[in-house]
Amino acid sequence: MSTLLTLFSGIAIAAGVVFFLAGTVALLRFPDPLSRLHALTKADSLGLGLIVLGLLPWAGGWFAALKLILVWLLVLLAGATATQLIAERLRGEDPPP
Amino acid sequence: MTLLLDLILGLAVVGVAVWTLAVRENFPAVIGFVAYGLLLALVWVRLGAVDVALTEAALGAGATGVILLFAVVRLRGGRAEIDAATPGPRQRLAAGILCGVVGLALAVAVLSLPDPAPSQAAAVARHLPELGVANPITGVLMAYRGLDTLLEAVVLVFAVLAIWSMAPDRRWGAVPGPVFPVQSNGPLSLLARLLPPIGIVVGIYIAWVGADAPGGKFQGGTILAAMGILAWVAGLWRLPPVASRGLRWAVVAGPLAFIGVGLLGFVFADGFLSYPPAIAKPLILLIEAAMTLSVAAALVLMVAGPPEGRRA
Amino acid sequence: MAEALLLAAGLILLAALAGLYRALRGPAAADRMMAAQLLCSGGIGALLLVAAATGMAGVVDVALVLALLGAFASVAFVLAARGLSGR
Repeated sequence: MSTLLTLFSGIAIAAGVVFFLAGTVALLRFPDPLSRLHALTKADSLGLGLIVLGLLPWAGGWFAALKLILVWLLVLLAGATATQLIAERLRGEDPPP
Repeated sequence: MTLLLDLILGLAVVGVAVWTLAVRENFPAVIGFVAYGLLLALVWVRLGAVDVALTEAALGAGATGVILLFAVVRLRGGRAEIDAATPGPRQRLAAGILCGVVGLALAVAVLSLPDPAPSQAAAVARHLPELGVANPITGVLMAYRGLDTLLEAVVLVFAVLAIWSMAPDRRWGAVPGPVFPVQSNGPLSLLARLLPPIGIVVGIYIAWVGADAPGGKFQGGTILAAMGILAWVAGLWRLPPVASRGLRWAVVAGPLAFIGVGLLGFVFADGFLSYPPAIAKPLILLIEAAMTLSVAAALVLMVAGPPEGRRA
Repeated sequence: MAEALLLAAGLILLAALAGLYRALRGPAAADRMMAAQLLCSGGIGALLLVAAATGMAGVVDVALVLALLGAFASVAFVLAARGLSGR
């Protein structure tokens, strides 16, 4: 069981790292701000989610596990809001009244 | 492996710091400053100083970054005034030399420390149980360096006074800072409604856990302040006018509680800021709670700035 | 296990640091904000991995604080770029 869990965690964390790397590459290589924005947010929220998923079995207690999930949810919320605001600004729109 | 990582982290901190100082525009410089604070928080974790990392993340990167940012926005369009207030090359050279000498002296002092460095840590650790506080950092800050911590608390009150003193007479007593339009929908409105309830719980948790684990009043208060500012910029919360008694009490509650407990030390214990051992922990918690409120109020007011609106 | 977790933390940190190029060079203010956001979430990821690898108390709390204040700071940056459209 434990080896299986380790394997699961290893795969999840490795995938998370790959998403982070992909996000950076997109941020550096994509041609314009809007496409960079599009690629980046998927990369870091999914990357962090996979890392949290991989760490959950080793959290040691439900409170610690809950805290990990809370961190991820906060990053998701922050990412979603910030990118909407940045996109609004990039498109020169006024925020909805 | 870890050595390589530390080296990269260290170089990145120095690189971002130099870039932040060298860049000419204000907005990128603030971004650089926030990135620098973030990296510094990681460095503190690597050094095992989690308390300092928390403080750096909350106050260094978060709060100071936003205070600088609002200052940058206020400085827009004031080119002539900024140029007039910018020191000349000779003054800047003198300041640079002074900073260099102080930095060098500090480096020499650190490098010439005897090995092992002189430390009171063992003595402090022996007496820590008497305080009933399990986090040694909080114990030292509240008991052995109580005066320092008290002065840090009082500095916040003076900072708010200094900012308020910039208000023109006709604005005095009004609401501090700009008034933001109410966001009834859109992403900012969503965040400002969802995040503060979570943030208030986390802020109180960080302040409360400070007695036994990394955390404390400054870090917790910063989070509370950030949540207040978020609700304010989304137009969901109106700041009270600076004439408000409640607001002023919130700013001074912490320092007053600290000084009050300190003075009681003359009567019930050995002197100023010494706690009677039987109730040391409740007293420390009382000060921490009042300080959390005051730190939060002071930071909100520092970001908001001097009164700008109509007189209430 | 711990070694592998630290390696993952190092890789994420390196990625976020490489992204700093956009924070420093732009060109758009939005690019700088994105890079700062990537550094923030990368830092959070690295902290969570370090916390799991070393078991140091309170490191997850640092990540929690970063997550909360990161959201707050991004909003402040966008508002500031827009010029505090108050009043």
